[in-house]
Amino acid sequence: MSRPLAVEQESAGRAPYPRPLPPPETGWRRWKDRLMIGLTGLAFLLALVPLAHILGYTLWRGLPTLNWDFFTQLPAPVGEPGGGIVQALVGTLLIVAMATAMGVPVGLLAGIYLAEFGRGRFATWLGFLSDVLTGIPSITVGIFAYTLIVVPMQTFSAFSGAVALAILMVPTVTRTTADMLRLVPVEMRDGALALGAPLWYAVLSVEMRQALPGIVTGIMLAVARVSGETAPLLFTAFGANVLVWNVFRPMATMTLQIFQYSISPWPTQQQLAWGAALVLIVLVLALNLGARALAKYMSRYNAGR
Amino acid sequence: MSRRGDLVFRVLTAFGGTLIFLVVVLMLLQMLEGSLPILGKAGLGFFAGATWDPVRSVFHALPSIWGTLVSSFIGLVIAVPFGLGVAIFLSQVAPRWLAGTASVAVELLAAIPSVIYGYWGIFVLAPLLRQVIEPGLAGALGWLPFFQGPAFGVGMLAAGLILSIMVLPTIAAISRDVLAAVPVEQRDAALALGATRWEAITGALLPYARTGLVGAVVLALGRAVGETMAVTMLIGNQPTLSLSLFSPAYSMASIIANEFTEATTVPHISALIAIGLILFVLGFLLNAGARLLVWQMDRRLGGERA
Amino acid sequence: MYAGNLKPGAIPVQTEAPVAMEERVQPLAGIAISTGGAADAVAATQPKIVVRNLNTYYGAKQALKGVSLEAPAHRVTALIGPSGCGKSTFLRTLNRMNDTIPGFRMEGQVLLDQEDIYAPNVDAVALRRRVGMVFQRPNPFPRSIYDNVAFGPRLHGLRKKADLDEVVEWSLRAANLWDEVKDRLRESAFSLSGGQQQRLCIARALAVQPEVLLMDEPASALDPTSTSRIEDLITYLKHDYTIVIVTHNMQQAARISDLTAFFLNGELIEAGPTSEIFTRPKEKRTEEYITGRFG
Repeated sequence: MSRPLAVEQESAGRAPYPRPLPPPETGWRRWKDRLMIGLTGLAFLLALVPLAHILGYTLWRGLPTLNWDFFTQLPAPVGEPGGGIVQALVGTLLIVAMATAMGVPVGLLAGIYLAEFGRGRFATWLGFLSDVLTGIPSITVGIFAYTLIVVPMQTFSAFSGAVALAILMVPTVTRTTADMLRLVPVEMRDGALALGAPLWYAVLSVEMRQALPGIVTGIMLAVARVSGETAPLLFTAFGANVLVWNVFRPMATMTLQIFQYSISPWPTQQQLAWGAALVLIVLVLALNLGARALAKYMSRYNAGR
Repeated sequence: MSRRGDLVFRVLTAFGGTLIFLVVVLMLLQMLEGSLPILGKAGLGFFAGATWDPVRSVFHALPSIWGTLVSSFIGLVIAVPFGLGVAIFLSQVAPRWLAGTASVAVELLAAIPSVIYGYWGIFVLAPLLRQVIEPGLAGALGWLPFFQGPAFGVGMLAAGLILSIMVLPTIAAISRDVLAAVPVEQRDAALALGATRWEAITGALLPYARTGLVGAVVLALGRAVGETMAVTMLIGNQPTLSLSLFSPAYSMASIIANEFTEATTVPHISALIAIGLILFVLGFLLNAGARLLVWQMDRRLGGERA
Repeated sequence: MYAGNLKPGAIPVQTEAPVAMEERVQPLAGIAISTGGAADAVAATQPKIVVRNLNTYYGAKQALKGVSLEAPAHRVTALIGPSGCGKSTFLRTLNRMNDTIPGFRMEGQVLLDQEDIYAPNVDAVALRRRVGMVFQRPNPFPRSIYDNVAFGPRLHGLRKKADLDEVVEWSLRAANLWDEVKDRLRESAFSLSGGQQQRLCIARALAVQPEVLLMDEPASALDPTSTSRIEDLITYLKHDYTIVIVTHNMQQAARISDLTAFFLNGELIEAGPTSEIFTRPKEKRTEEYITGRFG
């Protein structure tokens, strides 16, 4: 190998440093370091204040409301104490269940497509689109469901609300399904194919089993997200003060109920809304934490985790 | 047999994918069609005028666009430094047990429904603004046009503040992931040159993560722009164009949320759908931009490892 | 003690002899090795780095067990051993880089010019300016070539462009990279090849004018040509710096180092002049390792 160093020996390294650096200066720099690092800690503490307050305040205002009546009764007549929001509880459960039934299969199919056949331009665009759709303003989806369903059917309905929520669920489910399937080692699928299994069987029985924990987690997070949605329901499900089982009629949800009562001057209604807020927070947080725990539990036998 | 099964499988999954395309295209077409009456009549003037008056049937988008931009701007101005600070703290400073717990907590907070943020804002934030913060600001900085006028509590400032609280977990969580993805050798290189911890963060860590951090901010902006319920409950819902942050205002999302079910005339509905169209396009562009930035960051990381 | 504005090597001889440090230290000092000269005389009597009875822990796990070692000035000291033997941990205690790892704990003494670098009054930040480090994988900052080298000097208060220009050129020359990059100083550091990037990282370390250079397998990610250039550079730089290098490549250790220390499972098994370690190791385990029977 070349030894160009011999030439440079005199001019470079052996020469004294050309420009002595200023002497080490510890005071200001160390002080600034401590100050700024301290400030990041302070930012963390300050950021916790409003967030902790929201949780604490909702608990404080909502907890006294939660009793048997709250979960079983309709709202009391305006101004009278007591009553419940059973119609909103039922509505949230029904609408979210319908949305899940519609959104999850589509999301699963699209996700499998992305993972298994996703090499062409169509798939690239599809992946990009589903990523971008996760952040689309949800109220615009409400407008879409309104013009698509409410206008032709000439009535607000739980069904149209469920369609809106399903549209919001699809991208999340698609994305997690594709990501989780791609994490499955290709040898697993090839092992099944080598035994003569058709591709669909290899994917559904072998790959899905390995990817399932992640996918279920993704679905639960998507359910949690749409359970808290209000904007796309404003002009689809619309809300109601009576218990409705017909999904082609306007229906209440907990979020709509909170919004409706937020402009109410009646303390009893505000009280009901705090109760609904608390139930909703518990529901959403439980779904989130449950999703994490479930993913951990279900993947305990899986390879490579 | 298996050949046919696989064909069905492929067609079926492709159908799922096509449905996503279809929905997006349909949404766009429907909103274009829905906004044609107002855009056909007013043209680009729809975006320029300052009046929104359902009674006289005069509709312009500027007041709600202004409200969205200003409230989102306030939200980000507050949330970005805090979110970045939190991300630095969680990824670089905090002991591991705290970082783990706090990171989960931050993600959970991003999951709280926005209607609850709004409801809390009405009962806690708005009174605080009306009684303490706004009079204080008016007293100290009242010579600025931003802090003049009566203190209502609800208004532009309230909307901006609630947005800052709501997007902070988003910024903090994504930025933390981005910072955690920076190779530790980058920080070590700076430390080995005699940098302090803070100098290593600002000199090596943040520049390296710059693209991803901008992506986090853009994503947060997308969320702020599209946020509906909390803003609707706190912005005051008046189509005014005012420099004062105390003044009630409207945002694009809140004007739709508030008036869509009550709108009966064609121009009114059409104007609201046109605003929805702007919102959709804006949200799409912001999310696409953020996605591209994150992709770019991933690619660069991959390239440097090679 | 600040020696930044002195010619490297012209380190003042300590007048107060260190008290009774010789007993527990492996006798490395006093080995006669070619070249000669005044600097070598200093080196022969003054070990630059002295480590005594070093124990380190990551949480409950002990990484180093009672290691004592000296690194003389103007010599290349190579640390060899199978991966996970503690040689990198040892290296990182010499500039206190382990301080940044949560759960790290150490016992024992690390002396640089007779000064305990873990003494409470020692600032790790100021220490790292005297003890530079080059990492396993080239890790340039995502900045221009110029800004990479200028990073350290700027940090330490050099602001004027002319001064910076001078330091950058000097450092790049010292790292034998100047001729290859002098026309593209504003280009991204990532436009360089892997070997060039590593020499850039060496230039970056030299720019803060350290006394000691720690190198953690600096050539392990490089092709043979680049490796040999780095090795040439190390041989050349030892005239001005004290170099401690971790390597898993025994031929490399034999080629470039004056002294070799063999680590196994967190213990220092044997240390001595490289020629002796490789030809007449005293320990059976050393022999087994260098002849390739394990690790």
